[in-house]
Amino acid sequence: MAKVEMTVNGRMTSANVEDRTLLVDYLREDRNLTGTHVGCDTSQCGACVVHVDGKAVKSCTILAVQAAGSDVRTIEGLAGDDQLHPMQEAFRNNHGLQCGFCTPGMIMSAVDMVNRLGPKLDEATIRAELEGNICRCTGYHNIVKSIAAGAKAMGKGMKKAAE
Amino acid sequence: MGIEGIGARVLRKEDKRFITGQGRYTDDHKVAGMHYAAFVRSPHAHAKIKKINTKAANQMSGVVGIFDGKQLTGDGIGNIICGWMIHSKDGSPMNMGAWSALATEYVRYVGDAVVVVIAETLAEARAAAEAVDVSYKVLKAVIDPEDALKNGAPQLHPEAKNNTIYDWEIGDEAATDAAFAKAANVVEMDIRNNRLVPNAMEPRSALAEYDAAEDHFTLHTTSQNPHVARLVLSAFYQVAPENKLRVIAPDVGGGFGSKIYIYPEEIVCLWAAKKARVKAVKWTSDRSEAFITDAHGRDHVSKAKMAFDADNRILGFKIDTIANIGAYMSLFSSSVPTYLYATLLSGQYNIANIHCNVRTVYTNTVPVDAYRGAGRPEATFLVERMMETAARQLDVDPAELRRANFVREFPHQTPVIFCYDAGDYETSLNAAMEAADYANFEKRRKRSARKGKLRGIGMSCYIEACGIAPSAAVGSLGAGVGLWESAEVRVNPVGTVEILTGSHSHGQGHETTFAQLVSDRFGLPSENVQVVHGDTDKVQFGMGTYGSRSGAVGMSAIEKALDKVEDKAKKIAAHMLEASEGDIEIKDGEVSVKGTDKKLLWHEVCLGAYTGHNLPEGMEPGLKEGAFYDPTNFTFPAGCYICEVEVDPDTGTTTIEQFVAADDFGKIINPMIVEGQVHGGLAQGIGQALMENAVYDDSGQLLSASYMDYTMPRADDLPSFKVSTTETLCPGNPLGIKGCGEAGAIGSPPAVINAITNAIGHNNLPMPASPHNVWAAVQAGE
Repeated sequence: MAKVEMTVNGRMTSANVEDRTLLVDYLREDRNLTGTHVGCDTSQCGACVVHVDGKAVKSCTILAVQAAGSDVRTIEGLAGDDQLHPMQEAFRNNHGLQCGFCTPGMIMSAVDMVNRLGPKLDEATIRAELEGNICRCTGYHNIVKSIAAGAKAMGKGMKKAAE
Repeated sequence: MGIEGIGARVLRKEDKRFITGQGRYTDDHKVAGMHYAAFVRSPHAHAKIKKINTKAANQMSGVVGIFDGKQLTGDGIGNIICGWMIHSKDGSPMNMGAWSALATEYVRYVGDAVVVVIAETLAEARAAAEAVDVSYKVLKAVIDPEDALKNGAPQLHPEAKNNTIYDWEIGDEAATDAAFAKAANVVEMDIRNNRLVPNAMEPRSALAEYDAAEDHFTLHTTSQNPHVARLVLSAFYQVAPENKLRVIAPDVGGGFGSKIYIYPEEIVCLWAAKKARVKAVKWTSDRSEAFITDAHGRDHVSKAKMAFDADNRILGFKIDTIANIGAYMSLFSSSVPTYLYATLLSGQYNIANIHCNVRTVYTNTVPVDAYRGAGRPEATFLVERMMETAARQLDVDPAELRRANFVREFPHQTPVIFCYDAGDYETSLNAAMEAADYANFEKRRKRSARKGKLRGIGMSCYIEACGIAPSAAVGSLGAGVGLWESAEVRVNPVGTVEILTGSHSHGQGHETTFAQLVSDRFGLPSENVQVVHGDTDKVQFGMGTYGSRSGAVGMSAIEKALDKVEDKAKKIAAHMLEASEGDIEIKDGEVSVKGTDKKLLWHEVCLGAYTGHNLPEGMEPGLKEGAFYDPTNFTFPAGCYICEVEVDPDTGTTTIEQFVAADDFGKIINPMIVEGQVHGGLAQGIGQALMENAVYDDSGQLLSASYMDYTMPRADDLPSFKVSTTETLCPGNPLGIKGCGEAGAIGSPPAVINAITNAIGHNNLPMPASPHNVWAAVQAGE
């Protein structure tokens, strides 16, 4: 067992976990943050993507102890209370989800994409960057549209913040 | 229609919980005292169980129970059933082998469950499962459906001689042979429809709670049809009587058919919770387990030939199919390669003579059942590959060959049971050709050729059957259940509305589209409407969601219940307003007397229904109505898909340059959601055509058993799709709906393969058209 302390969605957390505990299991089982999903066991599907210190990470690929001292953000903490992040809004407005299971990972990856590459994303870039996220419902068509729209909205927000 | 009525692009009511991580899937549920199940599964495709030694495992930390198949059957838990009786052409009933939720004597596929371990934590359950020692006598396995029929092939079940479950036929063979005798041209093909793994993103999961004081079970499960699950768990598996079993299918992360069935794991979790005397047992599949336990799809081998007269009119179509059903017969498995398949072999065409023979066989593979399209993709692939191949051999334009043979008058009785009720195939063909700029394809082909690339174009004019189905009709064909749907509309005293439905949404957006029916009817905002589904304690009974039936059947039931609600509300309003019932109009949330300024607000009428102070003489208070809707026919969505590809002959890589879909789904309630269904279906169909393939080695090990090995489309494998719809209303149901959930997966594989074979210039190409297969085909030539 190891004592793990990390910030999750802005709050300090502390727990004793087995050494082998994956970050995703810590979030789902210990913190009850079940918005982060597990869709595979080979780190292919991306349903478990969270942000660790601002970067997208598949939370099934790292141990909880590896995230000790980090700032972890999950889909539940992406926006403030009762608010939607522009990327969440874009997924809703563009029908970018059906069953919703891959959606949290998609949104977390999309936000990371904009953070890394800026708000002007063409279709080819979005499709290439989604390589680590599998969706079985939407055929990606509306996910690509959602991310383009969400990126644009995030860009406006960034511009406003800069002003 | 109003801004939220029928035909409006209403944003989804359910989305907020999903985009904020508040969705509640089965594995998200936890209860106090919850234990975990881990299954010991057969590593062999075919073996006799010699001995099960649980001594070491029993002493491990956290273990509260280890159970095997003998204990399960000893407690009276029934064998897993197949709910559709098929008779062979000699009149004998299908030969079904026994399937116990935990194997008793033999294991018949890699993944067959043998032992379950119940422990306090998941890690403990898994560790103990590892320590269970099962010794086997390994037997020879048979994997390929053609091999299964050969003399001397390993035999799976004593009930099924030569591994044959049934040898079934449809159509008039003598008449079809006579038509071939008169043919000017005959086109022949051998076609294999590759085996697929459905791969809903949410793995299957079951949480079985047992209340010992009440002797009552509650099962949360990843199900497309929780009511049928309860019925089957109760009536056939004897887990508990129905009144002692509540089944809840909460948010479900995709199904595509694979979550229709009641699997061994659900049965075992319920039984084991009581047997181990724990409050609850949870099992959640990991992806590796899903690959070897979720029902697979397709896996047909067919020989087909089509006869044409000198004017290129089809005279006859003859097909011989071998269908692989896997090691056991899953819930609907027998119907898929028969009534859901061969009944569609007339395609969109006027074919007087069709005969199809189907032999369905056991093999040492995962059970095969309905997967998105279920039989119709296999039929469409045969028909549309055949039409394209025939056009090339007869040297006519593929579109013209189709036009020359289209059904143009309705109703149209095919020689394979179905009676097409409405359609306009030429209009969707024209729409697709225009959207694809078909006329200028040769220019684009030349442009590709200059880059050293092979460009090809292919089409597919599909028809399929949805809205399953008239209960008496499917009953006469062997179905064990009726396929109606139920609904209840509860109007609350304040005028808000609850719709309780036996349909189940696992991505289809029912909470939105079903609410649109109420908005349309009474002019209420959709936020005032709540859709309740997926809980046997709340909804009386229903048949669930599959076969694109929730629109044509589920919504028809809601319409029927709304008719009754409207009728009663009008009677109450007429009484309150002292007007004639025929003059009452309900619109925009107001109930008025036509041509006067006399009116009540909607909620005033609803409140009146519940106070009961001023109701017509003899009327019961309240405003709540239920309905069961039994369809009168199947529905027949149809359309035309065109795929254009570029093939790199050096690498075999295929790029989809454009994909056009023109569908006729009848009445559309929410175009945004319908388009989404088409996009997703296309992706799965293109996936089957280009990359997806469940591959077994000769010993029965599934080689493509992870996302590292089983290739599914990713975002950069697909283009944005060009989708549009044409509309002929379905005359068989009140809304005119045909259904849209599976068309994309049904119609697209032949369009893709027709395009690639057009690009490479010959037909010698297996599906999936992986880069390796395409490269080899280019190298090999015709």
